[in-house]
This record gives sequence, structure tokens and C-alpha cells, in this order.
Amino acid sequence: MTPQDIIRPENKVYARPALLNENNMHYCPGCSHGVVHKLIAEVLEEMGLADKAIGIAPVGCAVFAYNYVDIDWIEAAHGRAPAVATAVKRLDPTRMVFTYQGDGDLAAIGTCEAIHAANRAENIAIIFINNGIYGMTGGQMAPTTLEGMKTSTTPYGRRVELNGYPLAITNLMTQLDGTCYVTRQAVHTPAAVRKTKAAIRQAFSNSMDGSGTSVVEVVSTCASGWKMTPVQANKWMEENMFAKYPLGDLKNTVQQ
Amino acid sequence: MSKVLGAVEINRERCKGCDLCVVACPTDVLLLQPKEVNNRGYHFAFAADPDKCIGCASCAAVCPDACIEVYRMVVK
Ligand SMILES: Cc1ncc(C[n+]2csc(CCOP(=O)(O)OP(=O)(O)O)c2C)c(N)n1
Ligand code: SF4
Ligand code: SF4
Ligand code: SF4
Repeated sequence: MTPQDIIRPENKVYARPALLNENNMHYCPGCSHGVVHKLIAEVLEEMGLADKAIGIAPVGCAVFAYNYVDIDWIEAAHGRAPAVATAVKRLDPTRMVFTYQGDGDLAAIGTCEAIHAANRAENIAIIFINNGIYGMTGGQMAPTTLEGMKTSTTPYGRRVELNGYPLAITNLMTQLDGTCYVTRQAVHTPAAVRKTKAAIRQAFSNSMDGSGTSVVEVVSTCASGWKMTPVQANKWMEENMFAKYPLGDLKNTVQQ
Repeated sequence: MSKVLGAVEINRERCKGCDLCVVACPTDVLLLQPKEVNNRGYHFAFAADPDKCIGCASCAAVCPDACIEVYRMVVK
């Protein structure tokens, strides 16, 4: 039996999602953004939401998300995605509205918008890519940067007395009455990818059901910003990021 | 006894040679091309030991660029 005998349509068990178009993504090799884009495309396809979904793209490396996932998108100013999502969802509640934001976007310049949208229980899903750094602009420190972590603006490592503590903003959002589902996942192993996919599905169905705000944090790598290979970056994330940002559901008030 | 046979198709021009699929494969099927590069200069992934593939799709799950499609069949 050769691979040619096995590679037949009836034997196909995994196909590239049709909602991912043919464009090559601009992300660096191994970047977690690509995996999460793929999962969003898979979930939207499986839920039949391709025509109902409106994504709000951030400023950050994922600014071009709309080039890859073939749904309706709006590009928001830096950090303002949850405010734009609020308007879209209120104007047409039949739409599934989600934001896609990095940690610079959501946990620095956009903290206000994220917290208040969640506190208002806007029926949106927030996909939050936490790679602990400003990837797009050259790897500067983000609020989420770990203590001691080297970045281009903390070349000797983040010092708490100078730069404050790393911000676990997702934990803060569990305290708000408006959030119905808050979870922290990753995409570094096949098992983790499956869990993240299930979390995105839950968040998207919460938006359709009008259950409140859902937050899916994906602890991610930025191999370029961290100055590692993608494989090293995954290992570093497991050994360092997961201590400050442990994986698992933080809140779920929705009956399943 | 029935046996599970798998095979992968990798889009070599889309691949960025990140190595994540190579590490994710439980049966060590995949490798990066040691010398050859694709048209964007990446050492792309390929099935170096295709007979060992069980079609588990672990490689496809972790691939950030959705380069890999997976096939599986059971032979009695
Ligand atoms: C109003 C405004 N301030 C600053 C910037 C510069 N800027 C662009 S992207 C970015 C941070 C991106 O980091 P993050 O959200 O973590 O996304 P990543 O690139 O890591 O995915 C900043 C500060 C901008 N574009 N607009
Ligand atoms: S800079 Fe970091 S976040 Fe941006 S594409 Fe590269 S690896 Fe991904
Ligand atoms: S399908 Fe599974 S066994 Fe086959 S190459 Fe991919 S990870 Fe390896
Ligand atoms: S995970 Fe995808 S992009 Fe990375 S080496 Fe494998 S096939 Fe290429």
C-alpha cells in the first residue's frame, strides 16, 4: 500500500477549512495567530455561521486577519475592537460578532473598551491572543510581559519596581457580572488545539444565544519577538507563561 | 487483525518550515527538507517515513499555515 493508494477523497479525515482562502498568511513561521485563524475558520464552517459572522480585527500582527478568513470583517483602531463590536451586535443582534485582539491591543491601549464591553454584557466573543509582547512593532514590553522577561524595551528583563506586575486581565474579567464564559487555552499541542477549538465554539454560540460576553484567551508564542525557534518558543511558553497564565476555564455561567 | 493506514499531503509552497508538525507527529513520519527549499526559501516539511503514518492528524492540528491534509483507511 503506497500513500497514493491511501490519498483518496473517501479517506480524507482532515481538510484545510474552506473559509481560509488561498492567501499565504504573513505571520512568521510557527506563529500561534495562524493556528487560531484556522480554528476560527473551522468552527464558523461547522456551525454554519460563515454568512452570520462579523469579525473585528485589531491593530497588531493580526491587523490583516481579514485577508485570510473569508467572512465580513471591520478593522478597528488600536484597542477599540470591543467598542466597534458593541455597535455591530446592537445594530444587528442576529449576527455572530467577535473581536480578535492581541495583548497589546486588549490589555494595554484597549483595556477600557474590553472591560466596559464585558461589564455591559455585550453579546460578543473576544478572542484574546496573549503572547506577552508587542509582536508587530518589534517586541516591546506589554502589560502581560512576565517578570524578568527580556523584550526590546526591557533588555535586562521586566522589573516589577520599574514596570509593574504582569497583568492577568482575563482573571479581572471573570469578576465582571457581564461575562458568561472566560477561559484560557493554548495551541501548542494537538490536544490543546482541540480544547481551544471547543472554547471558540462555546464563545460563538454564546454570542448567538445572547448569553453575555465570552472571553477566550489563547496563551500564544511570538517566536520572532522572543528570539527563539517556534519549537523552543512552545517549550518556553509551557515552562514560563503557564505559571502566570494557567490554562483552563475561569468562569462559565452558561448551562451546557 | 485490522490495521490503520494514514497518509498526509503537504502543500510545500505554503509551508514555512516551522518544524511544529515534525515535533507533533507521534510516529516520527515527518522531517524538514535538509537542503531543498520551496519558492519562498523555506525548508519545507515532507513525509520522510510515510509507512509509519497512522492518519491521526496531529500534524495538521498544530500547523499554523494549514498546509497539511490527512487521509486514513482501515484495512482488514
Ligand atoms: C493608537 C496607536 N498606538 C500605537 C500603535 C502602534 N502599535 C501597533 S501594533 C501595537 C501592539 C501590538 O501588540 P499586540 O496587540 O500584543 O499584538 P501582536 O502584534 O503581538 O499580535 C502597537 C503599540 C498604533 N498602531 N496605534
Ligand atoms: S511578530 Fe510574533 S506575533 Fe507577529 S507574526 Fe511574528 S511571531 Fe507572530
Ligand atoms: S497524520 Fe499523524 S502519524 Fe501521520 S504524519 Fe501526521 S501526525 Fe504523523
Ligand atoms: S507545521 Fe505546517 S508550516 Fe510548519 S513545518 Fe509543518 S507543514 Fe510546514
